[in-house]
Amino acid sequence: MTQDLTYLKETASQTAGPYVHIGLTPNASGITGVYPADLGSAMVNDRTRGTRITIRGRVVDGGGASLRDGLVEIWQADANGLYNSPGEQRGRADPDFTGWGRCACDGDDGEFVFHTIKPGRVPFKDGRLMAPHITFWIVARGINLGLHTRMYFPEEAQANTEDPLLLRIEHRDRVATLIAQADGNDSYRFDIHLQGERETVFLDI
Amino acid sequence: MTDRKPDTGAFFTRDRTWHPPAYTPDYKTSVLRSPRRALLALDGTLSEITGPVFGHAILGELDNDLIHNFARPGESAIGERIIVHGRVLDESGRAVPGALIEVWQANAGGRYRHKKEGYLAALDSNFGGCGRCITDENGSYRFRTVKPGPYPWPNGPNDWRPAHIHFSVFGHGFSQRLITQMYFEGDPLIWRCPIVRTIPDRRAVELLIAPLDMANTIPMDARAYKFDIVLRGRRSTLFENRLDGN
Ligand SMILES: [Fe+3]
Repeated sequence: MTQDLTYLKETASQTAGPYVHIGLTPNASGITGVYPADLGSAMVNDRTRGTRITIRGRVVDGGGASLRDGLVEIWQADANGLYNSPGEQRGRADPDFTGWGRCACDGDDGEFVFHTIKPGRVPFKDGRLMAPHITFWIVARGINLGLHTRMYFPEEAQANTEDPLLLRIEHRDRVATLIAQADGNDSYRFDIHLQGERETVFLDI
Repeated sequence: MTDRKPDTGAFFTRDRTWHPPAYTPDYKTSVLRSPRRALLALDGTLSEITGPVFGHAILGELDNDLIHNFARPGESAIGERIIVHGRVLDESGRAVPGALIEVWQANAGGRYRHKKEGYLAALDSNFGGCGRCITDENGSYRFRTVKPGPYPWPNGPNDWRPAHIHFSVFGHGFSQRLITQMYFEGDPLIWRCPIVRTIPDRRAVELLIAPLDMANTIPMDARAYKFDIVLRGRRSTLFENRLDGN
């Protein structure tokens, strides 16, 4: 016999179901008057430092249909590569940038959109710089455990080739699933494919 | 605010055999929405170890009171009045203060306030169905609501969801992000539900079932149910390599 390891088990995940918008973006789903605004709907203000960008995309299922009941959250560093988080020990992030956004997929065409800034580079554990990236988290009916992935930037070809995470992707043709497409000035498209030929690389982090 | 130093360690590896797998064909919607390729495993970087924080300042007075937060002045939602409370802990058993909990649910008849919801049960004009709260320094939270009704859903020919409340939880790091559902002790629909049954381990399901808590029941007012939530634990950074050039 030994002593017991007394760790608790993480609470098991359950799907967000078809009505996640009621709970997480009630104003967008027509339930007004409870919260003044939906959390995560504004990431920047007039004083936020950095290049303003727009990210649009869809979450696509194995049959090619866009999810209209999904919800996407993003988390990113500020223009200097600092996170607006108590766990950030390297300096003080831009107080005018939340770093966190949340968007309901549109009920008609499934589109999500984020108005944010381009993040700076953040070090990997060994000190190498990661390429600028944005962390994505996707939940919806039919998704039993929220999916983590990352979006990288197409104009950062050099940084992307050195990125410690992208370098770990064994099937090199799948790297492209994590790189957004330029969509006009400071505007990007990032579609997330749940299945099929172009299945996005999802992360166990 | 507390004097506790912010946690900066990476999170314990997630036990993916404990959570439902992505592909669970008895829950039909998962068939086309489940990734089929292996996940890319990575020890957490700063991008996942950090996460947003939500101060108590975002909370309105009625945010944790679903009986009244959508109701006309002087009125209240119809249904069995209940209090749901508990603690948010991490896998090491430590309290998680400042965790944002957002909930949503059907009304007492099992109907959601949503334009795509087609169940014939009646809407309650005094019930919206969303609420939120933030854990205190001990990791405790509570809210007040009406007990949601079970409802039928198109999956098998005759599937019914047990009464449940959806929970979304933010801990201190983005990789702790969790959505789950709370069920009620004694509901015979729990073990028949294809969504519940996506979870492979019976013990993991049992931890989603809130017991009736008579000790915290308010006599002549509301019964209480207790639901504790466990988020991923964190390694100590004490013997971790320090970043170079930092
Ligand atoms: Fe539900």
